[in-house]
Amino acid sequence: MMKPETEVELSEMVRGAAGPLRIVGGGTRPVGRASGEVLSTVGLSGISLYEPGALTIVAGAGTPLREIEAALKVENQRLPFEPMLHGAILGTEGESTIGGVVAANISGPRRIQAGACRDSLIGVRFVDGRGDIIKNGGRVMKNVTGYDLVKLMAGSWGTLGVLSEVAFKVLPGIEATLTVEVSGLDDVAAVAAMSAALGSPFEVSGAAHDPDSGKTMLRLEGFTDSVTYRGERLSAVLRPFGDVAVSDATDWIEVRDGVKFAGGTGDLWRISVKPSDGPKVGGALDGAKLLYDWGGGLVWAEVAIGTDVRGALNGMVRHATLVRGVGAGPVFESEVGVLARVSDGLRAQFDPRGILNAGMMG
Amino acid sequence: MEMPMPDARVLSRKADIVARLQGVLPMDAVIHEPHETRVYECDALTAYKCPPLAAVLPSSTQEVSAVLKVCHAMGVPVVPRGSGTSLAGGALPTADCVILGVARLNGVIETNYADRYIRVQSGRTNLSVTGAVEEMDFFYAPDPSSQLACAIAGNVAMNSGGAHCLKYGVTTNNLLGVTMVLMDGTVTEIGGGHLDAGGLDLLGLICGSEGQLGVVTEATLRILHKPEGARPALVGFDSNEVAGACVSDIIKAGVLPVAIEFMDQKVLEVVEKHAKAGYPECEAVLIIEVEGSEAEIDMQLGLIREIAAKHNPVEFRESASEEESAAIWLGRKSAFGAMGQINDYMCLDGTIPVSELPYVLKRIRQFSEEYGLDVGNVFHAGDGNMHPLILFDANKDGDLEKCEAMGAEILKLCVEVGGCLTGEHGVGVEKRDLMHAQFDAVDMEAQLRVKDVFDPAWLLNPSKVFPLGVTQARRIAAE
Repeated sequence: MMKPETEVELSEMVRGAAGPLRIVGGGTRPVGRASGEVLSTVGLSGISLYEPGALTIVAGAGTPLREIEAALKVENQRLPFEPMLHGAILGTEGESTIGGVVAANISGPRRIQAGACRDSLIGVRFVDGRGDIIKNGGRVMKNVTGYDLVKLMAGSWGTLGVLSEVAFKVLPGIEATLTVEVSGLDDVAAVAAMSAALGSPFEVSGAAHDPDSGKTMLRLEGFTDSVTYRGERLSAVLRPFGDVAVSDATDWIEVRDGVKFAGGTGDLWRISVKPSDGPKVGGALDGAKLLYDWGGGLVWAEVAIGTDVRGALNGMVRHATLVRGVGAGPVFESEVGVLARVSDGLRAQFDPRGILNAGMMG
Repeated sequence: MEMPMPDARVLSRKADIVARLQGVLPMDAVIHEPHETRVYECDALTAYKCPPLAAVLPSSTQEVSAVLKVCHAMGVPVVPRGSGTSLAGGALPTADCVILGVARLNGVIETNYADRYIRVQSGRTNLSVTGAVEEMDFFYAPDPSSQLACAIAGNVAMNSGGAHCLKYGVTTNNLLGVTMVLMDGTVTEIGGGHLDAGGLDLLGLICGSEGQLGVVTEATLRILHKPEGARPALVGFDSNEVAGACVSDIIKAGVLPVAIEFMDQKVLEVVEKHAKAGYPECEAVLIIEVEGSEAEIDMQLGLIREIAAKHNPVEFRESASEEESAAIWLGRKSAFGAMGQINDYMCLDGTIPVSELPYVLKRIRQFSEEYGLDVGNVFHAGDGNMHPLILFDANKDGDLEKCEAMGAEILKLCVEVGGCLTGEHGVGVEKRDLMHAQFDAVDMEAQLRVKDVFDPAWLLNPSKVFPLGVTQARRIAAE
């Protein structure tokens, strides 16, 4: 296993690599099918800059997510995008690293309001497949200087370069959280209710529906008085849909981490659609265990091993990723046509030898 | 400012090129007479002008594709143009180029309130996107100052921001999908109504690529319900440094206003004279806007008042009515126009870490004295996006050059303190030659390789963003 302690070492290792490399942070999200000698980023660890007054944090890619979140908490700040942890659904242990979060563009329920990981990411440093050290973006939250390789690196699963450092815009902490729950809705009604909530001015920061518990949950966050007020107003918006209860449940980890799928043996898929198509996904996957997040736009579906999920969703504009299990077909949605040509072209430019997480997204 | 020599072979085939373009477009969509092409000789960076070989105004994605196929086959450079409001010269032509204007692509294709998006053609103006969803109390958040005129195509090309992006983000954070035509005429769809489309984040790469990777003809944009209300407060300080410190404290306290705008003494004097906004006489004014219900607004402004009080403000004026809100914003909104009335100006938009505000403002004042040119500062303070306006006299020999030299010093300073050359206007031609200050050769090469993939012939807006010396080999090889 290669474990560089500095960016220069990382560069030398990639440049000198004789064959394919499998890039690993904390190893908590073993999604995808890459093989090769393991290159661990955990040696590139540590917060190099944190300016609470500028809402900015910069850290080595191998820095544990937990360390970043703890440092932010001291100043009553947070990462806006609420990164999920895959430990529960994948049964993995260990520390998720911030570089892994970026490489996989990991977000949580707050994605619908605060954006994905890529929306808070403001700078990267990485080593491409040639061993070149490249920087892009920086540590300011508005930056349009040159092409935005920051976004390109987010969610590229290590196939374009090995991240060495990442910079984020952060947000102030949350004083109060409140969950408005509607019970007894079927999936179609639940998504309609969530759409009404998300289309209101009350700044909903989480919108999930669990068909098994029959609960549709809308989250409000902010200053205490404001949350109380918006809880009342949002309840009024939701009452036409069903029985409404307001709870001070602050814990959205069950939704964020897909805890109900823990220990399951079926294939677990993560399907992104436009929210109003969410129930159609559920309907097309007969017998699936489902969880709707992002107002219906993110469907978690546990299905029998080997189910052809993409086949079942044929004709629907969607993006399906196999997060756990055997599946049918590739783990990631295949790019087709022009997009495949462009993506292959980019990979050939950044990694001409094809050694970085080869085959990962293919 | 240098532009590459026009390609003589292209110039000599003008008649042929025009005829081929007329073969794929209606007659009135191909503009080639010299007295007509002059309309397209510059954008809002008016210091540089050059009429194009021709301009075309396609009305559909298919027509855009047909135009690009012709230009690709004939080796003609293409400069895409939204509404021509770029302050960075993003749409500045070369004599051998075809300007591809998207002004006729201005329709709304789909509004979807349940899924909270709108799909528009890219020539539609920013403000008219909000106009299309206003009846349902929705809006499109990014609000560049030129929003009345600027096109979504240009917003996507430059990844435009605006006063309210502290809360809502810039274009890239509100863009869900595009239809894009590559230089060879291939039409492609990226993203759409669903979030985080699979594969590499090409959408994020396209946004802010200054029309060098493809021509965006349609865009799916996130729309939001309007807040229940919004209210600004105006706070005056007797020093820039204290105003800067107050901004930092507000952000640290956990309040997230939708906008924090900063104006310095020079700007205050000028807007007072021209807009009569009734601003206090002091060294710096902040306009801070918060949103929500009446009670939420009261609460947030209360907190802000408490924080500001610790910095001994000269005045804290909270709006009590629509009229007062308009009056508070009047000076800020008329600042650029007012500055333009007293002189020509160059508007920079370097971004710096908020913590460096006091230092950078001090250094800008020193530059102003050294160069003998007045500077006004009016900017988005919450995110460190500066807008120094350097005043100069375009009719005075050497003044423009002096102004550009001073601008370069300011932008290099922005990079030095940890910031960047441009926060929302784009590089264009204006900051092209300063890219070395921010990126080393390897950083830049990585970006050029991206263009190689999308536009191997280097025909799409080829003389922008990167120093000509850096792109020369590629441009020549492609010819």
